[in-house]
Amino acid sequence: MNKYMLYLNSKRCIGCHGCEVHCKTNKELPVGPFLCEISHDPLTAVKGVPKTEFHFRSCYHCEDPYCVPICPTGAMIKREDGIVYIDTDACIGCMACAGACPWHIPQFNPATGKAVKCDYCMDRVDKGLKPACVSKCTTHALKFVTLQEV
Amino acid sequence: MAKTVWSMCGMCSVRCPIRVEVEDGKIKWIEGNPHLLGGALCAKGSAAIALHKDSERPQQPLIRRGGRGAGKWDPVSWETALDYVAEKINNIREKYGARAMMLSCRGGPWADLPKAFIHALGSPNFTNHDSACGRNVHHACKTLYGVGRKGFIYDIKNTKHLVLFGRNILASLRVAEVQQVMDMLDKGGRLTYVDVRQSLTGIKSTNFMQVRPGTDYALALGMIHGIIKAEAYDKEFIEKYTTGFDELVSFIEPYDVNWAAKECGIKVGRLKRFIKEVTEDRPKVVFHPGWMLSRYRDSFYASRALSILNVLMGNIEIEGGQQFPKTPGDCGIKGLRTLDSQIPKPEEKRADGVGWKYKHFDKGPGLFHLFYEAMATGEPYPIKGIICYRHDPFNCFPDVTAQKEALDNCELIVSIDTHYSEFGWYSDVILPESMFLERETPIATQKGPKPRFILRQRAVEPRFDTKPSWEIFKRLADKLGAGEYFPYNTIEEYWNWQLEPTGYSIEDFNEKGFVSLTDKPIMYDRDNLDGKFKTPSSKIEFVSQVLKEAGLPSLKPYESPQKPAKGKFRLVFGRSPVHAHGHTINNPLLHELFPENSLWINTRSAAKLGIKEGDLVDVIAETRKGTVKAHVTDFIHPEAVYTVHGFGRQVPLQSRAYHAGMSDQKLQEGLLQDMDPAGGGLCLCEKFVIVRRSSRNPKRRVEL
Repeated sequence: MNKYMLYLNSKRCIGCHGCEVHCKTNKELPVGPFLCEISHDPLTAVKGVPKTEFHFRSCYHCEDPYCVPICPTGAMIKREDGIVYIDTDACIGCMACAGACPWHIPQFNPATGKAVKCDYCMDRVDKGLKPACVSKCTTHALKFVTLQEV
Repeated sequence: MAKTVWSMCGMCSVRCPIRVEVEDGKIKWIEGNPHLLGGALCAKGSAAIALHKDSERPQQPLIRRGGRGAGKWDPVSWETALDYVAEKINNIREKYGARAMMLSCRGGPWADLPKAFIHALGSPNFTNHDSACGRNVHHACKTLYGVGRKGFIYDIKNTKHLVLFGRNILASLRVAEVQQVMDMLDKGGRLTYVDVRQSLTGIKSTNFMQVRPGTDYALALGMIHGIIKAEAYDKEFIEKYTTGFDELVSFIEPYDVNWAAKECGIKVGRLKRFIKEVTEDRPKVVFHPGWMLSRYRDSFYASRALSILNVLMGNIEIEGGQQFPKTPGDCGIKGLRTLDSQIPKPEEKRADGVGWKYKHFDKGPGLFHLFYEAMATGEPYPIKGIICYRHDPFNCFPDVTAQKEALDNCELIVSIDTHYSEFGWYSDVILPESMFLERETPIATQKGPKPRFILRQRAVEPRFDTKPSWEIFKRLADKLGAGEYFPYNTIEEYWNWQLEPTGYSIEDFNEKGFVSLTDKPIMYDRDNLDGKFKTPSSKIEFVSQVLKEAGLPSLKPYESPQKPAKGKFRLVFGRSPVHAHGHTINNPLLHELFPENSLWINTRSAAKLGIKEGDLVDVIAETRKGTVKAHVTDFIHPEAVYTVHGFGRQVPLQSRAYHAGMSDQKLQEGLLQDMDPAGGGLCLCEKFVIVRRSSRNPKRRVEL
């Protein structure tokens, strides 16, 4: 059972793409991979005002991820709390995970020669902090939600 | 163990307060100051790490070899570079007098240091970039209230209705301000957005008016008319604090809402609905007078009309309105000591004519572009040396060719900057400043409902042989015999000297990175604002005495803007949230997000020209041309084309930004001296360009 979720309040999102850079700098990523992404629909007029919705996408941390069993070295791991992460020491950069993922979420990091993906900044989460994208979201539109069973 | 360093972001000119985590001399984390911004920061702020790591910036002092702009440099030591500059300045002072030197900076909370430097040399010629930015708005406020545009802050969070004319507030991205706008909207506040195109801000609006380019003033006049006719204004406030209301009422008579809607090309119902909303929402309505305000011939009057609307609302010194920024003095605390106040004021007249030829303009920074006239003509006296400190005139002023012609009369051009500015590339000497994470800055005062002192500490050591500006100016002043005016050797000595009258010490900044001078927001007694309006009459002047003395109207009859000739478009520009104009185009991470600009063009106009989305288009002025991809959209007025400012850079050592996209200011040929006579700002949106599908859209490609 996944414990966490990233939620974007599109009403508060201003499409500044801050989250993407907050993520990249926290993970020390070079030009190339993006672990999260803001996109928006084409503008359409609503009551005379051209409007759009913003969408946030990172790894979905699937309940039953395809990327985990395909990994030949067991580097792709799903934690008890649902976070799917890469053990970089074990990763050989074969990118089988990206092929297995329906959305090609894992990306190749040219700086390390290994795969990289969103892990909800689990080092931060384990310290009681929030993922980088959430902590620094310009308008606090992104939320890190702990799911509860009802 | 990571340590916290308190600083202020330097990626754009907002300077959001930040907290930096440093471990083993490396930056691990940058976030907005949690006490002020809850950690929030924009993309540019985080990309500061990429700037720090980037080597495509000047790494040591450089002296030009070969012709100006040839791009050949001798790397030299600081001692050599400063000796070179000092000798040149001394030569100029001997030959032409100290007044032949000028200094321009970007402006902002640390202008004291460069201002003190040029005054210490004995020259009155301190200026900044503002005549290509907010001068019209500033002077509009000044002639109405007697205080400039920074004389009010807008309590956006608590307002019921924010009205923005081309102020793309969410893309301009002052983090605290953006949070206030979103909070206001979350609370059910209204946002009216007026522009020639739809923007990031406009998509959040509750009322959007896409006006014909150049008709802002007409719309504002229609609003004034509607509000006065609906008697939706604060009669008591106007009675008590203003003069000239009767003149305003009779002036406004012809400009009713039907006329305004027709002139602006909007539906009159929208305008009527707006008047009704304002009637409900007042006095908690804020009309933003514009930051730079789209720059048409009458933008000074448009901005002044927006400020008049604020006065009609009676929104001054109320919650959810415009408030006076409070000073240390309002908290019973003495202000920081400043360098400039210790220096005898140079008595010479300014070379830009401000203060004697142009008496209605603010003497503080004068008007940058007028110095080019002095360089070119030698009148009122020659300007022979120019220092630009973190200011790139080639990137913000129009017509770079005309600028270079004027500069060729100078014997010394110095650029002090963290990156290669285009101006720097043309200069004689580049003195590289350490980027903001590698330097300290003097303590600054931030006025507001809760004024504070704030500082920037050094987070990491400079990667290259660069210096902080406090050291550059001090060492240069020492060499020029003016060192006595910079009474410090280290930044700690400087800070202590600044703080001495205040009773605070540098340790007081350790906890939060700033010192708050009051616990509770301070508000003045709204029934007793006497003395707050610094006009000649001490009232808010709908009819300004200062303008009258200058022979200029206060309430200027409206003139319809020129329509573009067939096949031409009005070139307008703006900004994106991921770039700070030309400052960040070469940043690896920001370049990755937004590598080059495009040209927005209306769907119908594009169809007539056979232009489709993504086609390359040529944008042509008299002698200059830019080629970028077209963005074809319904949401821009057919008379205008739009581009994001800052691109089309021509510094070869900025490999990412080099020739990426198109520069609007280089296309603004002939606009360098196209000054608004009342506002002092340049009319940057008075350029008409030809747009055509580029011949670089090949149907065939002949290649092996």
